[in-house]
Amino acid sequence: MSSSNWTTDFLSQLSTDITVIQIDTASTTLWQIESHAWQRFAEQAVQQNLRWAAGWAEQVDSQFFINTCFEKHGEYVLLRTIVDDSSPELPSQATVYPAANRSERHTQDLFGIKFVGHPDNRRWTRHQAWIENSYPLRKDFPVQGRPVGITPPDINYPFIKAHGAGVYEIPVGPVHAGIIEPGHFRFQAVGELILNLEERLGYTHKGIEKIAEGREPESLAKLAGRVSGDTAVGHCWAACMAMEQAAGVLIPPRAALIRGILAERERIANHMGDIGAICNDVAFVFAQMQFTRLRELWLRTNATVFGHRLLMDQIVPGGVACDLSNESCALIMKDIVELRTELAEVILALDLNSSLEDRLYTAGFLSEEIAAAFGTLGYVGRASGQDKDVRRDAPYAPYDQVTVKVALETQGDIASRFWIRYKEIRTALYLIEKFIDQLVAGDIRSDWQIPLAGSEGLGIVEGWRGEIISHIRFDADNKIARFYPRDPSQLNWPALEKLVLNNIVPDFPVCNKSLNGSYSGNDL
Amino acid sequence: MLRIFKKILTTGVVTERFSLRSHAEHGNEDELEQLGIQIKRHIDKQFSGSIAIRAVDAGSCNGCELEIHALNNPFYDIERFGIHFVASPRHADVLLVTGPVSRHMQTALLRTYEATPNPKWVVAVGDCAACGGEFGVSYASCGAVSNVIPVDAVIPGCPPTPLMLMRGLLGLMGVKK
Repeated sequence: MSSSNWTTDFLSQLSTDITVIQIDTASTTLWQIESHAWQRFAEQAVQQNLRWAAGWAEQVDSQFFINTCFEKHGEYVLLRTIVDDSSPELPSQATVYPAANRSERHTQDLFGIKFVGHPDNRRWTRHQAWIENSYPLRKDFPVQGRPVGITPPDINYPFIKAHGAGVYEIPVGPVHAGIIEPGHFRFQAVGELILNLEERLGYTHKGIEKIAEGREPESLAKLAGRVSGDTAVGHCWAACMAMEQAAGVLIPPRAALIRGILAERERIANHMGDIGAICNDVAFVFAQMQFTRLRELWLRTNATVFGHRLLMDQIVPGGVACDLSNESCALIMKDIVELRTELAEVILALDLNSSLEDRLYTAGFLSEEIAAAFGTLGYVGRASGQDKDVRRDAPYAPYDQVTVKVALETQGDIASRFWIRYKEIRTALYLIEKFIDQLVAGDIRSDWQIPLAGSEGLGIVEGWRGEIISHIRFDADNKIARFYPRDPSQLNWPALEKLVLNNIVPDFPVCNKSLNGSYSGNDL
Repeated sequence: MLRIFKKILTTGVVTERFSLRSHAEHGNEDELEQLGIQIKRHIDKQFSGSIAIRAVDAGSCNGCELEIHALNNPFYDIERFGIHFVASPRHADVLLVTGPVSRHMQTALLRTYEATPNPKWVVAVGDCAACGGEFGVSYASCGAVSNVIPVDAVIPGCPPTPLMLMRGLLGLMGVKK
């Protein structure tokens, strides 16, 4: 989709009581408004079908910068307002955009910025690790905090209650039965039917934003690769892109192509794992065995070629850490041919299986309207008609040199999320072939330039789960002042609360797997 | 249905005792089998044939979970050595703990530990669980697992590969006589 210059039209139609100051930056369109107009801007944005993509704050001296990132037709606008730290409050955008809900609660917990009129301003990321009215991301909060003894459980969190004959509650987690991350789910059910699900996340909050401060680019890239272990490439790329933008560093074309290969390999590995796991959750072990086998072969090639099964630390500021030899390229190409053959056989067997069909079709339905309202991303969004993909809509190198075919489904059930993944594997295989074909000779890393103090960058990439937005601001001496990574899970988790409704409790695992949000990427 | 049987038959047994692209892992093609036999011997002797593992993610990035999962894929098939994963700490001999322990998970981990019947062992998996790793100790993180509960063995790595995990489990058997 070509950029349609909606920004000019939008500004001309904006009501006159909102003053927008347009700030010239090299890469991002930055609009600054008065804080009292924060909500009214959102009201007009939603009318013009702007998508709310990310929100975060930062402290700069005695002021708070509050940011929202909007997108339409692949064009991103960064909206900013500044409030004084003496009375940090502004009207909430969550009343207009449900997608902003948890993000504002996170900002409220970590900065003490009050979003007036927020529809649900219970704490979110804060449990009991730090006390109320203290805010870890403020500059005067020590990184070590002030922990006293053992952190108690957050037993007084005000969960939504349900009453009535035959209504009962099922609390699940934070320690789950499988080998998965910790989080709490509170179900209200009648018989087997789920009436309501409330997620309580934040258990894996480990202070990523705080401990990023003061790091140098190299070390920040390592941390970014561990925001969510399954998205090592995606987050690392987004963070490096943001840092490179801030520093004005251009990466060599060869490095961009290798980044593309890494990202697509990560996508394929995760999609294969998910397809197997979805089938396993409806007790179809054949698929689980086949897909874990194919995934293992894929990861072994990662280890041979890049030296790391999950591709951690392969993307570095200015380029990539590992070059591709001709033999490596040949091995990757051979793997692709083999995987295609294997997939054709296995997928056909799954497609023709009536017991899978029985469990996956119509289960876990997410409507297009809800998906759009929550700004649902990646394969979850695309299975519910959200035709978004950064690789096509706002292409960055190397995706600007290829045609990315974006798979789209509209049924919005688990089967759709299953098939979208399969289609994305096929596209990714094709893209890797293209990138290897186009692999030009040359450097794999540019020299780093120390950015000016205060310079900032916004990295936006399509990770395997969907759009990742990473914001970086530098301090003096090459040090990071602020790092905020917005994992797609943050916008996808709320969709799970909706898509499980009217499903039976025993289908929750497969519903959850079909969405597969990252707890770590959400909690930060 | 025939397709499924055909695929199963043509795939054959990939569980590793022979070379199947094991060049990727440390060269030695028989290593997995050797490791497994040693582990099995210990398990037979000390646990009457099997040990039950409860994996607890105390705040990891989920990288370690992916590799622990891989232990159950048909290449490693760790169950053939008598090691299996269970759904409750009440069924477990061993807690496999990943991640720096986030402060929000501190009590949950302590309770999981208390819920595990004696005798029990704790294995800290991954660099974060071993020493705090990339996250260390902060307002939100207790760092290493040993800062919260007693640890019997450590398997470093970011994340440890399935082979490293198996080696580490063997190490645990060696420690606990």
